[in-house]
Amino acid sequence: MKKTLALVAGMAAGLVAAAGAPALADSHAKTKACFVYVGPIGDFGWSYQHHQGLLAVEAEFGDKVETAYLESVPEGADAERAVERFARSGCNIVFTTSFGYMDATNKVAAKFPDVMFEHATGYKRESDNVSTYSSKFFEGRYIQGQIAAKLSKTGVAGYIASFPIPEVVRGINSFILGAQSINPDFKLKVVWVNTWFDPGKESDAAKTLIDQGVDIVTQHTDSTAPMQVAAERGIMAFGQASDMYRFGEKTQLTAIIDDWAPYYIERVNAVMDGTWESQDVWHGMDHGSVAMAPYTNMPDDVKALAEETEAKIKSGEFTPFTGPITKQDGSQWLADGETADIGTLLGMNFYVQGVDDTLPN
Amino acid sequence: MGVAEAVLLTIITASTPLLIAALGELVTERSGVLNLGVEGMMIMGAVAGFAFAQISGSAYVGALGGMLAGAVFSLLFAFLTLSLVANQVATGLALTILGLGLSGLLGEAYIGQPGIKMEPIVIPLLSQIPFIGKLLFAQDLIFYISIALLIAVNWFLFRTRAGLTLRSVGDNHSSAHALGINVIAVRYMAVIFGGACSGLAGAHLSLVQVPQWVENMSAGRGWIALALVVFASWRPMRVLFGAYLFGAVGIAQLHIQALGFSVPSQFLSSLPYIATIIVLVIISGNRRLTLINTPASLGKGFVPDR
Repeated sequence: MKKTLALVAGMAAGLVAAAGAPALADSHAKTKACFVYVGPIGDFGWSYQHHQGLLAVEAEFGDKVETAYLESVPEGADAERAVERFARSGCNIVFTTSFGYMDATNKVAAKFPDVMFEHATGYKRESDNVSTYSSKFFEGRYIQGQIAAKLSKTGVAGYIASFPIPEVVRGINSFILGAQSINPDFKLKVVWVNTWFDPGKESDAAKTLIDQGVDIVTQHTDSTAPMQVAAERGIMAFGQASDMYRFGEKTQLTAIIDDWAPYYIERVNAVMDGTWESQDVWHGMDHGSVAMAPYTNMPDDVKALAEETEAKIKSGEFTPFTGPITKQDGSQWLADGETADIGTLLGMNFYVQGVDDTLPN
Repeated sequence: MGVAEAVLLTIITASTPLLIAALGELVTERSGVLNLGVEGMMIMGAVAGFAFAQISGSAYVGALGGMLAGAVFSLLFAFLTLSLVANQVATGLALTILGLGLSGLLGEAYIGQPGIKMEPIVIPLLSQIPFIGKLLFAQDLIFYISIALLIAVNWFLFRTRAGLTLRSVGDNHSSAHALGINVIAVRYMAVIFGGACSGLAGAHLSLVQVPQWVENMSAGRGWIALALVVFASWRPMRVLFGAYLFGAVGIAQLHIQALGFSVPSQFLSSLPYIATIIVLVIISGNRRLTLINTPASLGKGFVPDR
């Protein structure tokens, strides 16, 4: 046993040395872009889409770039080690692609001023080598809400939510606002599963919601399990992060697709020509970073409505958080015609009216 | 189908893999071997189950493949800990880590493919019984196996000579050896049985619960199964109770949320674990009872003196 351990340790040391040395040697020739994912790249959801971005970077820059990634890195203490390992191993730019990496990213960034860090969906930029970026997924949620309200027979949709963070809360609010724009009495049931990725639990949550009378399911978790459950039970569902059509050809209405490729290419390019600067980017449909999968399994008039809303959001003519909007507690949030300010949206910690749930703290 | 029926059906699906994996581990531990690799064997079962089903086109072949994969994978553990007398805790942990990684590698080709679902077998007449008929007699094969397994394991351990031999090996391997029992052989069989059970539990995940393959899809269920064995103080019938309690609490918390009760979801998610701690405290309160059921040689390596 001891011998085996020593052998493994030796091999690991060798690997580290081998990985470290060339990276240092030709760090001027090649730019190294590194990615930390919260789920497996095969989740066909969130992490999969980020990995598509990595592949796009490789395709764009070819030999000039070197990439590395770590998948299924838990949020928390492990994340800091993963990020730090990348920073030490000669990465020029590190993309940390989950909200829970926020503190780890900032902590490591302070120690490595020469490495650029890009944190997805966060809001902390404690040193000037940290950027944050996100996409306005909630724009797609609004369209989903409209479709749900048009198609639902029970008037109740189910929402499988991961963690009560602003990004998820925005999605829920946007969905119900979209639904209410069609049917003011539309209800939304929310189930929090407290995980980003657990196909078993996600499918249990989907079954639960269906048993309680929802006939349309949407999710803010990363696996395709809810789509499959919906298909099995013969109700409709929305895909998440990625086009999940093949998991429910008669079930998927549309899906919000995250397209990170343009942003990743732009930022890696900025590192290459030395123009990288700390920034906070929040693109939406206007930049193509949020796209909708084809509208399927719905009548033409619903499809037309969805396409119309999509066009309006894309052109900037309309944004989901436009008043009048009342908070869940009955107080007014936005007056008629008023739009939400970015600060409130980024830190959103309240429900709007119509959500049949209490927001966990 | 009423809501209560639907809820119970979901609970049964969630509990079945826990029950099977825990029963397998119980037999392994009763022989005095602590295999912490349940999670790893389970995920190997899940990937193999999915792969075999895809290749053969039959979910049953898939389940068989899952069992086989779990058994073969546990053989590695058996060889290291029984033949080479490696530390069981360390080897078990290594098995879990290896399983999670290896399954990801093997399963790469199957990512994103819609799977083959194991269809329920409806037993005529019995399934017509109101309420329980649909729940108990219109299930998938693995559910029936889980119940049969429970009865078989209970009977085997406490009603057969072979079961007595197995328990004696677990309680005092030196005495068993002195009596002429081949300790290593008994333990090999117990470990392989545990592996096959974990593999089948894994196959349940990828063939019944969510018919697809994704990395890490066991998501900690192997660890819950391990905890259940202690929870049940190494008694098969209590494993049944524990597995269904875990399944029920897990599903109930989703329903409570969907009904809109204002209970923090984080608290609800932790309920099964809180329940485990409470039960462990209650069980360990009676030391004598605990000692009677705990295999005394659990986790200790055995080197026969020649």
